[in-house]
Amino acid sequence: MNMIVANRPVAPAATSSRPLVRIVIVGHVDHGKSTLIGRLLHETGSLPDGKFETLKAVSERRGMPFEWSFLLDSLQTERDQGITIDTTQIGFRTPHRDVVLIDAPGHAEFLRNMITGAAQADAALLLIDAFEGVRDQTRRHGYLLHLLGVKQVAVIVNKMDRVGFDQERFQAISDEISAHLTGLGVTPTAIIPISAREGDGVGAASPRLEWHDGPTVIGAIDQFAPARALEQLPLRLPVQAIYKFDDRRIVAGRIESGHLTNGDEIVIMPAGKIAKIRSVESWPATSLRQRHHAGHAVGITLDRELFLERGDIIGHANSAPRATKRLRARIFWLHDEPLTAGAAILVRLGTKESRATVAAIDKAVDPGELSNAASAAIARNHVGEIDIALAQPVAADIHTDNPHTGRLVIEVNGRIAGGGLVIGIDVAQRAAPIDIVPVESALQPEERAARYHHRGAVLWFTGLPGAGKSTLARALERRLFQAGGSPVLLDGDTLRAGLNGDLGFSTKDRSENIRRLAEVAAHLARNGHIAIVAAVSPSTEDRAAARRIAGDLFREIYIATPAKVCESRDPKGHYAKARSGHLTGFTGIGNDYQAPHASELTIDTSHRAVAEATGDITRMLARTGVLLDTVADLAAS
Amino acid sequence: MDRLDQLEAQSIYIFREAFARLKKLALLWSLGKDSNVMIWLARKAFFGRVPFPALHVDTGKKFPEMYAFRDHYGKEWELDLRIEPCPPIDAVDPTLPPAARSAARKTEGLKMALAKYGFDGLIAGIRRDEEATRAKERVFSPRGLEGGWDVRDQPPEFWDHFNASPPPGAHLRIHPILHWTEADIWAYTQRENIPIIPLYLAKDGKRYRSLGDADITFPVESNASSIAEILVELAETKVPERSGRALDHETEDAFERLRVAGYL
Repeated sequence: MNMIVANRPVAPAATSSRPLVRIVIVGHVDHGKSTLIGRLLHETGSLPDGKFETLKAVSERRGMPFEWSFLLDSLQTERDQGITIDTTQIGFRTPHRDVVLIDAPGHAEFLRNMITGAAQADAALLLIDAFEGVRDQTRRHGYLLHLLGVKQVAVIVNKMDRVGFDQERFQAISDEISAHLTGLGVTPTAIIPISAREGDGVGAASPRLEWHDGPTVIGAIDQFAPARALEQLPLRLPVQAIYKFDDRRIVAGRIESGHLTNGDEIVIMPAGKIAKIRSVESWPATSLRQRHHAGHAVGITLDRELFLERGDIIGHANSAPRATKRLRARIFWLHDEPLTAGAAILVRLGTKESRATVAAIDKAVDPGELSNAASAAIARNHVGEIDIALAQPVAADIHTDNPHTGRLVIEVNGRIAGGGLVIGIDVAQRAAPIDIVPVESALQPEERAARYHHRGAVLWFTGLPGAGKSTLARALERRLFQAGGSPVLLDGDTLRAGLNGDLGFSTKDRSENIRRLAEVAAHLARNGHIAIVAAVSPSTEDRAAARRIAGDLFREIYIATPAKVCESRDPKGHYAKARSGHLTGFTGIGNDYQAPHASELTIDTSHRAVAEATGDITRMLARTGVLLDTVADLAAS
Repeated sequence: MDRLDQLEAQSIYIFREAFARLKKLALLWSLGKDSNVMIWLARKAFFGRVPFPALHVDTGKKFPEMYAFRDHYGKEWELDLRIEPCPPIDAVDPTLPPAARSAARKTEGLKMALAKYGFDGLIAGIRRDEEATRAKERVFSPRGLEGGWDVRDQPPEFWDHFNASPPPGAHLRIHPILHWTEADIWAYTQRENIPIIPLYLAKDGKRYRSLGDADITFPVESNASSIAEILVELAETKVPERSGRALDHETEDAFERLRVAGYL
């Protein structure tokens, strides 16, 4: 049977230059979505001849009053259930737009289909019942639209006839939903009072809504901007396959953004190999087109033989995507089994697929409640932020930089189980190992504490070069050891000779240097040792990162010796070299040391002798629960 | 890019994804306008070749013009053509209405071909705008062991990421032109100069809009004797494309029952 032929082709399709917008329509299950769609098709003249009459006849035969929603509820299964069961796409045209309307069911169990629909949309209509007002499901849909990056949202307040076309009622709903959406960073393009059943506010302005000075629904659709111009962004060509059907070696893929042309210098990520485009191939004849833009499916040949494979992303040399083995993503979860930290998953990003593990779950949110669940799992239809450790390096972008190469899907057991937006790329994690199975120590923390008489801690000495960090750290190490404790000194310069030998002094490398120090120190601390870190660590942000890594084991000790005193000491001769221009990037003579404001302890070594300062530190450690009674007494003596 | 360029690029992307991710593909060639556009798109995707077999599940009841077309272009397009017969009508569910029962032979023929070759992916030229149940389809659509389609338990598919891992023994239907409309097909056929079966063009005030078995397919009133005229006609008509396909109209749910059983 053929109940809907609302998909009357936009004619003639081939020559149409009208902007095409894809609109998802969402809302609570009973708020009148199907009725609005039926009405829109009717008002835009998109119904086949006789359809309205046929449906009326069907209604009478079934002994039911006519409903606009019958137009859509065309499947027998749908009539049986009384709800729409999947994403349906309907084409029609308004005065200024070709529209593909994606009907996403409102029933909670079918949320994943709504997401599937919304994922392809340029804009959304969010429907609210004027009588019932904003419901949990309304808020959830608003949040999901935000999550999926649908920025153009027109809010439709339906069933105004049921509230007597009352302006105050409309205003109350309007204020509530505006506040909710604005809080999510979405400004509604319009908020429109209508009665879909009676036709007010859908196509023409209604006298019963004369107090409304905004657009009608069709007017609002005409104001939606079509999809954004991907060709303005840097080149991204994910490799789908390499074909060798004849003597050509063709790299095939679709340009996701930007453009390319013969002779372009390209870089193949994540490996970072460089090549030039020799030719752009096509059939029946090789294209005369000079430039190929976002959206084109192309095949290119390169000027040299090099290894590349499906999943690589080709960019231009100066604007390539980043390579990483660790991503942070804001995801929505569709699978029955909740997603937990440590879960083995498959990640698809562009044409790349990689095994991965969920390294951490940072947030788990029920979009209806918008409350951060303390849960370490993301349940079905919930959203969250996760860190993903990938088995292989991938090329990626942050989603705000590139919507196509900044999104991924997650597969479980060969089935798409979730999707999300890339919100962070940890380039330092290129070498993160896969299949991490943390092995816990055989010893309990109490056993170690009983032996050492202290708990594990990270003592982070920060301050200018020459401030006395190493001197104090060494003195403290000696004192703790003599008291029977287990201190370990981690000196920044010493670790740079080995573990951190690959790092320079760029901002990025300094951050990574600090991160590694913090990781090593935190590991020692978790195993009961007192890790004593002496590192200039000038950046507030880097120290904050170190504190995050070590958590409540972290104690920051700021050695606040004045710069003049430090320079006069100059134990390693660095100040002299820097003054004479032989040492660049040296922290000390510029203003690049960001002093801490909330250290656990501050010590000025120009006024405190080493023994006094060490005493200050041990007292702080006793006070904050690191040193237990006996060792505290011994250390203080 | 105009609309046809966009549609073409999307279809090529789907073809290449299918070829990259499945082991044993075949393209279902019904000889109609849609599957001819599909073959054209496959040749574009693979630089002139169709790198998998073209499968014609033959009811034996097609129009003579269709067989002539198959034999000619199968050679000219260098297709790896596999012609598979359908079982007799007696082998088909007798509770179906007559035309649907006749069409269901094709479903049985398809199952036999699947068993014979062990394809894990079948590329089919259905479109969302053709028929309401097809609007619910996925681009990569899993089929159970019996070839059945479970409309209520379809995996999510978004951002051009497709579920391409059918369970052992099951297969995938791949729908590279799901997003095209009837008018798109004709406009593209015209632009690319793709050959068509002449039955689509009007003779004596009638033409076929959709081609199936000769005994259950009927022409519609039309004076469109060229593709340009068909496009003008489509811009004006509100008659459904499959109105000449008897099996669609026997009962409200006949078509859906066919599809659940594995019909295209």
